[in-house]
Amino acid sequence: MRSILQSPTTTPGRFGPYGGRYVPETLMVPLFELERAYEAAKSDPLFQTRFNDLLKNFAGRPTPLQFASRLTEKLGGPRIYLKREDLLHTGAHKINNAIGQGLLVVKMGKPRIIAETGAGQHGVASATVAAHLGLECVVYMGTEDMARQALNVARMRMLGAEVVGVDSGSRTLKDAINEAMRDWVTSVRTTHYLLGSVLGAHPYPTMVRDFQVVIGREAREQILAAEKRLPTHLFACVGGGSNSIGLFYNFLRDADVKMIGIEAGGRGGELGEHAARLGAHQGFSGARPGVLQGTYTYVLQNEDGQIATTHSISAGLDYPAIGPEHAWLADQRRAEYFAVSDEAALDAASLLSRTEGIIPALESAHAIAGLMERVPQLKKDDLVILNLSGRGDKDMDTYRMHGAE
Amino acid sequence: MVGIETRIRSAFEALRSCGELGMVAYITAGDPSVEATLKFVLALAEAGADVIELGVPFSDPLADGPTIQRASERALKSGTTLSRVIDLVHRIRLSSQVPLVLFSYYNPILQMGLEKFASAAANAGADGVLATDLTPEESEDYRRILAAHHLDTIFLGAPTSTDERLAKIAACSSGFLYLISRTGVTGAKDALPDDLPALIRRTRGVTKLPIAVGFGISLPGHVSVLGGLADAAVVGSALVSEIEKAPSVDAAALALGERIRALKQAARNGLSRREAPMHRGEVAP
Repeated sequence: MRSILQSPTTTPGRFGPYGGRYVPETLMVPLFELERAYEAAKSDPLFQTRFNDLLKNFAGRPTPLQFASRLTEKLGGPRIYLKREDLLHTGAHKINNAIGQGLLVVKMGKPRIIAETGAGQHGVASATVAAHLGLECVVYMGTEDMARQALNVARMRMLGAEVVGVDSGSRTLKDAINEAMRDWVTSVRTTHYLLGSVLGAHPYPTMVRDFQVVIGREAREQILAAEKRLPTHLFACVGGGSNSIGLFYNFLRDADVKMIGIEAGGRGGELGEHAARLGAHQGFSGARPGVLQGTYTYVLQNEDGQIATTHSISAGLDYPAIGPEHAWLADQRRAEYFAVSDEAALDAASLLSRTEGIIPALESAHAIAGLMERVPQLKKDDLVILNLSGRGDKDMDTYRMHGAE
Repeated sequence: MVGIETRIRSAFEALRSCGELGMVAYITAGDPSVEATLKFVLALAEAGADVIELGVPFSDPLADGPTIQRASERALKSGTTLSRVIDLVHRIRLSSQVPLVLFSYYNPILQMGLEKFASAAANAGADGVLATDLTPEESEDYRRILAAHHLDTIFLGAPTSTDERLAKIAACSSGFLYLISRTGVTGAKDALPDDLPALIRRTRGVTKLPIAVGFGISLPGHVSVLGGLADAAVVGSALVSEIEKAPSVDAAALALGERIRALKQAARNGLSRREAPMHRGEVAP
């Protein structure tokens, strides 16, 4: 599958043919303003100092790179290290981006932020940063996701955010983004949309990635210190793709480092049963390049260009489009993507809990399941870094319901 | 496509020569069925709508308020696709020459393929296309291909657009320019925004294209105010509400006709701008 855009585009925010800026006109000037503010912040030493200070003293960076000795032994293959983003304040990598954009909002002088959330981790991170910086915060969340991530709903409310349930469509992440965009197009003069993944119109995919690359920067230093060599394989789950691009980005120029993104295979290959946008090679149907919510990328859709509903046991991966930079990495075969099932993710969560004493988020459990599936093809002297993007407290109800406890 | 006469251009020239505000009517195609939409379009044209926008339903209408979201859901449920909307245009052309604009999100058009879409739409008798989430920057291929098929490309201007952008939008548009009256999604509102006259004047400053103003237009009073400022008013959610409320397709067709006649009446008799209380944010009588 290749792009269906005809001429090579020169507009900003492109990854090969993917990305771009497909929004109602009302949002164009605000997106330009955001782009300018972000460009200025990148070279503003005060901004960078403040960002690094909050990452260290508020979020708890750097996160450990832990050698997973019992998991390594159990799987009987390569040495496995876990990048422990689950140990960050609020329990996932999402806080890195929320801090970055939060500081940008203060710089732009807007008093209000809105955010979408699937698993609730980005919502909690946004609510946390809003409270910390004194901003008003509204979080849009599908009602299906509110039910399965009830703990995070309670956390957001305790942090002072308003959580608005979204009852349209599949009542999951995609629908929450639609509703957040409707709010934004109305309130854009006073409000910043704190988008949580490497999705949406330019500059979001680039900006969110830049706020997440700290994961890979640290991991690179840490693995060199621990093993005196680069890893051979990186594993991360891919919903929109912010934790995975955050890990991958600083290794892109190391041609020998293989990058593997794990998508949600849900209950099967039929359209509507999965969220595997790059899983055509495994028989997952319905993904073609298209435009959704501001960006041109691989989108699960029917033949008429209507966006498909998706299924994943993991709310954070339950989304029909993938970040445009991942689409480009996949086309170039610089990164490889495959999907694992709901069931495999549940089994992986149990395994990690019992071998390492870490209960992972269901999203991160997909990365573990992907690694387990791939281990037979890996050599003993391979060296793996797996991004453990979030902790599993929020998923305890789901784990209990499926007897994974 | 300078110099080529399209139905849209002829309609606006006629309106200009008699100094009358035009009425652009939006309905979602396939709500509640394609058959019904055919009746509705003929009723709207009969009642005096100058241009009709046929909304192509989309699963994720992020620029639309609840009224048009529900209409899209009903239309998708009835099996409406972009190809069926194009077939509908063909059937409308058997009995009406009213100017027709396809109003769509970009993805369905992109998936059909720009060339296939433009050729099918033009052959069916469509006059113009507006893609809600396509801005001039991303539209090079789209404009080239649509222009080759003599389809007008209509782009949106917004209150947040700078003068420089309005000029760019106008340069990419043909037929008319659709000016969004306020920041927000589609949907009927009581009052027009205070800064609308200034926005229209700014747009006038950068283009000679006819200007149609939409979002939140539903009442005769709105139309009266716009009379002195714009070339046309776009009415959408108010019409879609009539369809939603009506007990039958025939009743809906009647109600749509009445709505347009009342608005057209207001456009013809036009309260003067002084009499219309819009600028104080009140509901017009």
